[in-house]
Amino acid sequence: MKYAFSFLAVIALILIAWLGSQIPGMPYLFGIALPYLAMMIFLGGFVYKVVQWGKSPVPFSIQTTCGQGKSLDFIKHNRLEAPDTTAEVAARMFLEIVTFRSLFRNTKSEIYDGPKITYESSKWLWLFALIFHYSFLLIVIRHMRLFLDPVPAWIGWLEFGDGLFQVGAPTWYMTDIGLLAGCVLLFGRRLITRHVRFISLVNDYFPLVLIFSIAATGILMRYFLRTDIDIVNIKQLAVGLVTFSPVIGTDIGAIFYIHLFLVCVLLAYFPFSKLMHFAGVFMSPTRNMKNNTRAVRHINPWNPVIVPHSYSGYEDEFREFMVDAGIPVEKELPPKEDEE
Amino acid sequence: MYNKRTIIPGLAIFVVFVTFPLWFNAFSTASPTPKPELPPGGEKQCVAPASEMRASHMQLLNEWRDEVLRDGDRQLVTVDGKQYGRGLQLACMQCHTSKEKFCDSCHEYASVKPYCWDCHLSPEEEALKKETL
Repeated sequence: MKYAFSFLAVIALILIAWLGSQIPGMPYLFGIALPYLAMMIFLGGFVYKVVQWGKSPVPFSIQTTCGQGKSLDFIKHNRLEAPDTTAEVAARMFLEIVTFRSLFRNTKSEIYDGPKITYESSKWLWLFALIFHYSFLLIVIRHMRLFLDPVPAWIGWLEFGDGLFQVGAPTWYMTDIGLLAGCVLLFGRRLITRHVRFISLVNDYFPLVLIFSIAATGILMRYFLRTDIDIVNIKQLAVGLVTFSPVIGTDIGAIFYIHLFLVCVLLAYFPFSKLMHFAGVFMSPTRNMKNNTRAVRHINPWNPVIVPHSYSGYEDEFREFMVDAGIPVEKELPPKEDEE
Repeated sequence: MYNKRTIIPGLAIFVVFVTFPLWFNAFSTASPTPKPELPPGGEKQCVAPASEMRASHMQLLNEWRDEVLRDGDRQLVTVDGKQYGRGLQLACMQCHTSKEKFCDSCHEYASVKPYCWDCHLSPEEEALKKETL
């Protein structure tokens, strides 16, 4: 049911864009108004989320240590797995972000007769995630050729490398296949692995189906449904969008609006979904804190301020009452002035 | 907010990256709308209607390339009584004589780098080569 719902939702979105863009005048909504709106929601929502996270205190030092922390000189310190300085934390974060090291450590547990439990290294998630994320990144960068005028040379180099095999015309891109395959593999993993399937929700399946559909519509538009897909026309719209003077020249095929609408949905959905792990990976206390709890005390930001109260201060405050109650005091009351 | 000194620059870098096309285009000179030169000879007829050629000429050329060079099938195509040899120089460049004024005008604008010219010579290059020989 959970995955069926994701498919239904994406099909509904495709139908909205397909039928909607056929109504005269509506291309302006799908081609201009919605992209601006989606971009504003994306940027605003993203910044809002990060600021909210920034406002949340971290009560404990909760870095995950996967190696020997800094200790005595003769004990070998694992700098990457238990970073002690900012530079070591930065190195750990960098490798986490570009190579997904914590996914590399993924294990799968199985129960055999006995009963006996085994833990085995499972690298599939890491591999699929690498394929998926790097393909997606390259595709996003490659799309800059439609937004930048004139196109910088390095985008041309990326395109050349991506279409290195020169299959077909226009040339097929490796990342197109990579993104489709990445989505299918990650989706398949959620279905096939029993434990993962049990904890998967609609908001795990939906982004995968959505991104798959974005890739699929993009591929259809580039290679198969080319009617009314004039790249010059599309680039003029894209450049118009980023120079705040958008124009829609002649008719553009419905597949373009479907593709664009799905991207808008993804952008608008992004800040309120699990996709925010994009920012979250930078802000995980388990990754970005130093493993220096023995050297530096971590103070909980929400601790109340407790001012030391010494005994002599206490006696100063309550001396009169103590004397009245007959409690011995260290310092007597000052002699009273004679009463008139 | 905690860790302001890392979070705020981080967010600023992110926003600059996302809005990169805005800055880039604001500080660059926009290229003129590509206007591919119509055949200087005044021909009005092509192997397919203009809209179809605009959208899928690369697929047509690719099919021709495969059929002619890989399968050795050099049959001519006849459209509206006119015969065309299947090839970039045999058909296209007979009317669209200038690569620079026709092909490149859109290709450069959209950063399309077809590898036709790895093997083919544009008419200009061909003329230059003849002179130097």
